[in-house]
Amino acid sequence: MKTQILLAAEQAPNPVLPHPSEIILGLVAFLILLFLLWKFAVPRFEKLYEERTAKIEGGIEKAEKAEAEAEEALARYKAQLADAYSEAAKIRDDARLEAERIKEELRAEAQDEAARIIAQGHAALQAQKAQIVAELRAELGRNSVELASRIVGESLEDDARRRGTVDRFLAELGSGNGAGK
Amino acid sequence: MGALVVTEGGSALTAFTPPGAGDFDLPPIFGGVTKPMILVVLSVIIIAAYFLISSRKLKIVPSKGQFAAEYIYDFARNGIAREQIGSKDFKPYIPLVLSLFSFVLVNNVFGIIPILQFPTLAHIGYPIALSLLVVYPVYHFVGFKRHGFVGYLKHATVPPGAPLAIYFLLTPIEFLQKFVLNPITLAIRVFAAMFAGHLIILVFTIGGEYLLTQAGGVISKPVSVVSFLFAILMIFVEALIQVVQAYVFAVLSANYIGAALAEDH
Repeated sequence: MKTQILLAAEQAPNPVLPHPSEIILGLVAFLILLFLLWKFAVPRFEKLYEERTAKIEGGIEKAEKAEAEAEEALARYKAQLADAYSEAAKIRDDARLEAERIKEELRAEAQDEAARIIAQGHAALQAQKAQIVAELRAELGRNSVELASRIVGESLEDDARRRGTVDRFLAELGSGNGAGK
Repeated sequence: MGALVVTEGGSALTAFTPPGAGDFDLPPIFGGVTKPMILVVLSVIIIAAYFLISSRKLKIVPSKGQFAAEYIYDFARNGIAREQIGSKDFKPYIPLVLSLFSFVLVNNVFGIIPILQFPTLAHIGYPIALSLLVVYPVYHFVGFKRHGFVGYLKHATVPPGAPLAIYFLLTPIEFLQKFVLNPITLAIRVFAAMFAGHLIILVFTIGGEYLLTQAGGVISKPVSVVSFLFAILMIFVEALIQVVQAYVFAVLSANYIGAALAEDH
């Protein structure tokens, strides 16, 4: 039995000793595989990785750009809105001032007009009064003379006398009038 | 270990020969071509075809198929290469790491695929080709290129921050590790795992077969069922180990490159 085992051990090749043919074949086969993957497969995968990275980064960049644009637009709109508000306020203020001014002008004009009308009325009244007084004076003189001539029966035709009498009477009348006023 | 003869029941029995290293030395299929050779070529065809076809029309929004390919690629790229080498330098080494990972993975998984059923890397020639002739020259080459000849030797063998006396011990150890042991352990690790895993499956399968067909006695036939069940269980364990070994192989390779490139420890 012992010899059998020894025989088997002698027949069996030592598994730790390599066959040169296997080393060569293993090396060549592996180098071919390495070459194929190096030349074709890996560059394709790497390209895909780069494309994917670029796409993701591009997407992020685009989103950031869009955000920045939106922010800018918002700021612009806000500025425009503020401008519009201040513009409106200015217009309102202007309008109020204008209205004030117009009101003032109109009031002044109306006052002038009123003053003018009053003055005119005054003047007309004065003129009428003077006219009436003059007419009344003439009428009164004539009537009194006539009345007196009828009562006295004497002619007061004499100019000098008549004038003195009338004047005296009028003077009395005027003072009496003045006291009555 | 020795030849086991079950003589229960008195019938004449052939002795049970446990599987050994000889079972890994399959007769050539034709000429000098053996099964592992065909499997290696097949693995290269499968991997290359898969990545070339799946990467033909890559879209930014991936389809299901593209997602799967991308997932594997991403695992090698970010999970292994970037993690170990650092995000500054890792890009040129993506093809190497991806090739190592997928090559070791597919060849390992061959061990549990019916008919193929042989982990290529259980023949030490293949791991030696990868580790001694690919990974080892690459990481020393990039190290010398990055730091200069003396600079890299110092970088590799004199890690800073230790007391002076320690260097008498540390420098030889570092040198031995970086220039002698790393490539050997890298190759032997995956080789031994695949060799042992395949051997365990063989033991349970051949043992079960022997119990069922050759061994006498009442108990041996039911026990063969247990043996086959264990074989199936070990296949699942193997599946895990095959993936883990592929990952470890790629991670360590990337790690050696990363360490050679690192500015300082």
